[in-house]
Amino acid sequence: MTGNQIMFIIFSAIIIIFSILTVTSRRILRAATYLLFVLISTAGMYFMLNYEFLAAVQLTLYAGGIVVLIIFSILLTSHIEEKFETPALMKRVYAAIASIIGAILVCTTLLNYTFTPGTETAKDVNMNLIGNSLISWGEQGYALPFELISILLLAAMIAVIVVAKKVKTK
Amino acid sequence: MNAGIPLVYFLVTATLMFFVGVYGFMTRKNMITILMSVELMLNAVNINFLAFNRFLFPGQLEGHFFALFIIAVAAAEAAVAIAIIINIYRHFHNIDVEQADEMKY
Repeated sequence: MTGNQIMFIIFSAIIIIFSILTVTSRRILRAATYLLFVLISTAGMYFMLNYEFLAAVQLTLYAGGIVVLIIFSILLTSHIEEKFETPALMKRVYAAIASIIGAILVCTTLLNYTFTPGTETAKDVNMNLIGNSLISWGEQGYALPFELISILLLAAMIAVIVVAKKVKTK
Repeated sequence: MNAGIPLVYFLVTATLMFFVGVYGFMTRKNMITILMSVELMLNAVNINFLAFNRFLFPGQLEGHFFALFIIAVAAAEAAVAIAIIINIYRHFHNIDVEQADEMKY
């Protein structure tokens, strides 16, 4: 067993165990911490696939930004000591049946399908290439989605300010 | 480069992560935990995009850039969702989906 495989097993074990803990933990702040572990090992997965830039983005944006945002809003809206009551048994059973059936269906489909691996030589994904692709168009250019995302982020920013602004009471 | 790890392993891990997110989405009542389940699902999809890109089309970068754009959309979505959740908290004084059943001022 190579080191790569051991790392993969560790990362996927962390991802699966901590994502189950994220959705079952009865204390909300602990659930957010478990989510942080899941996101960090997802970044590890990206490193294993040799996408270093995306792994760095995942670490800074998800593990750094979104988790902090979630923890802030938890602190604003919930009592940390409080435990959730466990959801009703039938609700849990139905949800578990639905997701297990879905998982089995997808997994059998994946295992029975033969993927044909690409034969092209792998591209070295460096910052130069990423930057040039984001501002070029035509073949291998992503200028349009880049502009769309920037407008979306601006719209989201304005919408967040408008929605979260305190309404004056008369 | 990714020596000895078949594509299917990445896909199975992402599948399990996705359906754990689905389970959390269906059982949780607190809005922030529902948002966390949605983040799990988005991350599973991202792993899929990158694994397909690396193994099936290594000479192109479509999966890489779509994962990048999904991360940006997820960040915008989390920000808007949390703004709405805080607004709901102001009106109802909790963020339980079953108690926030009216949307009028």
